[in-house]
Amino acid sequence: MPREDVKSFLRTKYLPHIWCPGCGHGIIMHAVLRAVTELKIPQEKLCISSGIGCSSRMPGYIDACTLHTAHGRSLAFATGVKMANPELTIVNVMGDGDATAIGGNHFIHACRRNIGIAAVIMNNNIYGMTGGQASPTTPEDTFATTALYGAIDPVFDICKLAIGAGATYVARSTVAQPMLCEQLLKKAIEHQKNGFSVVEIVSYCHTQFGRRNKRGKAFDNIKYLRDNSIMKAKADTMSAEELKGKMIIGEFLNINNAGEYTKRYDEVILRAKKA
Amino acid sequence: MSQIKFWQGNKAVAMGALAAGCRFFGGYPITPSTEIMEVMSEKLPELGGKFMQMEDEIAGIAAGIGASIAGEKAMTASSGPGISLKQELLGYAYMAEIPIVVVNVQRGGPSTGLPTKVSQADVMQAKWGTHGDHATIAYAPSSVQECYTTTIKSFNMAERFRQPVLVLSDEIIGHMREKIVIPDSETLEIIDRKKPKVSPADFIPYKADDDGVPPMAAFGDGYRWHVTGLTSDDWGFPTNKTEEIEKKANRIISKVERFREDIIEYKEDFMEDAEIVVVSYGSVSRSALRAIRVLREQGVKVGHFRPITLWPFPERQIAEISKKVKHIIVPELNAGQIVLEVERIACGKCEVHRKSLINGELYKPEEIMTFIKELA
Repeated sequence: MPREDVKSFLRTKYLPHIWCPGCGHGIIMHAVLRAVTELKIPQEKLCISSGIGCSSRMPGYIDACTLHTAHGRSLAFATGVKMANPELTIVNVMGDGDATAIGGNHFIHACRRNIGIAAVIMNNNIYGMTGGQASPTTPEDTFATTALYGAIDPVFDICKLAIGAGATYVARSTVAQPMLCEQLLKKAIEHQKNGFSVVEIVSYCHTQFGRRNKRGKAFDNIKYLRDNSIMKAKADTMSAEELKGKMIIGEFLNINNAGEYTKRYDEVILRAKKA
Repeated sequence: MSQIKFWQGNKAVAMGALAAGCRFFGGYPITPSTEIMEVMSEKLPELGGKFMQMEDEIAGIAAGIGASIAGEKAMTASSGPGISLKQELLGYAYMAEIPIVVVNVQRGGPSTGLPTKVSQADVMQAKWGTHGDHATIAYAPSSVQECYTTTIKSFNMAERFRQPVLVLSDEIIGHMREKIVIPDSETLEIIDRKKPKVSPADFIPYKADDDGVPPMAAFGDGYRWHVTGLTSDDWGFPTNKTEEIEKKANRIISKVERFREDIIEYKEDFMEDAEIVVVSYGSVSRSALRAIRVLREQGVKVGHFRPITLWPFPERQIAEISKKVKHIIVPELNAGQIVLEVERIACGKCEVHRKSLINGELYKPEEIMTFIKELA
């Protein structure tokens, strides 16, 4: 059961949530709530934004300023919110399809601008809400309702994508490490003063992905994630052969002096007023 | 003190927006509307506002909606394909009831069409472009002066009714330069959105006042609320209950329809004894009015009716006119869009003549004179 201070962030009137029993997304929501509670962010100054999909239903359950936008567009909405009120702490939650397929352009440009938003990508390798279609992170040779003969599309490495596009804090965890999730989320949310942060949290969808890929029970998935994830420090000592099929977790990038976008825009305002 | 300037229509739109209190612009370059964003990029930071050139057209309106939710008056502007891309999030703003002004400087289409040539073919798109039922408010300026005034009115209506409002300019009006009188800012009527009067604990975000419009908090001002594009109840949370769905669907239409007579604007010239009336708007109305002036000197009983609001359409006024005159001519730079409304409203009480020009050019006054003379 959540602690009382964490519970105070829940809109209990709207529970139970829509996620399937055993879904990994609840672990992520709990970690987000523990992180914002630990950081003592006032509910009135916290904006939780999201796109469309299972993961994106999270804001509805959180008692803050919450913004459930359109599919893929959450970071573009959140950019407007942050620009209009830079005092707000913004946690923008997305699914893998939401962030890297329909919203891929918004994602890379939010990274590039280095705007103070914490992006949380809840990667369950599938479009869950629409019934299990392949996403840009559905592993090759696995099955989905739109990849009945096995997926052939190579996957995105979300963290590498974020680093390449210019995000200044990038980390990954899986729902099998809830304490690591909380630690990384805290750092990512605090990083807003320095710029754009990305935390990919590998979740699972036993209902839509698992049952077509021999991981039909929730626990099978947690076990799979635990057994196939390796902390970055250890991974750095391993060969490419040894790392095949493994997920590297931990912090990949943390740059504090790149210049956060809303602060840089304040400089534009000063220049314009002088001109 | 009022000031006299010599401005381009697109500049007048941008300056009107700033006068209305717009402090956020999100957009993407596209001809023939780009000058609006260029002016905003210069002027907004001078006023402490924010200008953002976004990664695409969708992001331009998305950021505008986000800024509006955080309390700023916001605008985006585009043309042709860009307006098509914005349709989804226009729907979001109708559903979530977020004020925003969207300017469409019309060019030829479909698709990439005619980027540098004029068109009026987005009139029905303005009304029905996004999926789902909603009530549209759209202004069609016909001068640089009106680019300024209708943009201010668009902000006022967006704020009053908590929804998107469209400025349907066109390539001729947007790129034309002419005299404009900038009124003293103290004489302008500026409407701001209603703020909640209750404490955050008692705030029901989508509970409407008697006018059908709920007061709007801003993210960060102490109220906690949920915004969604899903059909929602008074609390702003998704609902599947038929009575709540119907209530929301009806309210977002009726909040505008009930006040259509407050919104509708039009201009009549030479209408007193007219037997033939030209109904035209935007750039075409300039040619039409010229043609009518010349023919009046020759004794032809012809008048001009110009809708300034295309949506809501001035139905009652057209119905009255159709009872009094023999002919209504509707020249448009499209294959026949507003004429459908005129035909529906006139309903056989007079003859309605559809005139279409779809070659990228503007009607010349002589061409409209010919239409009139054929009937006089």
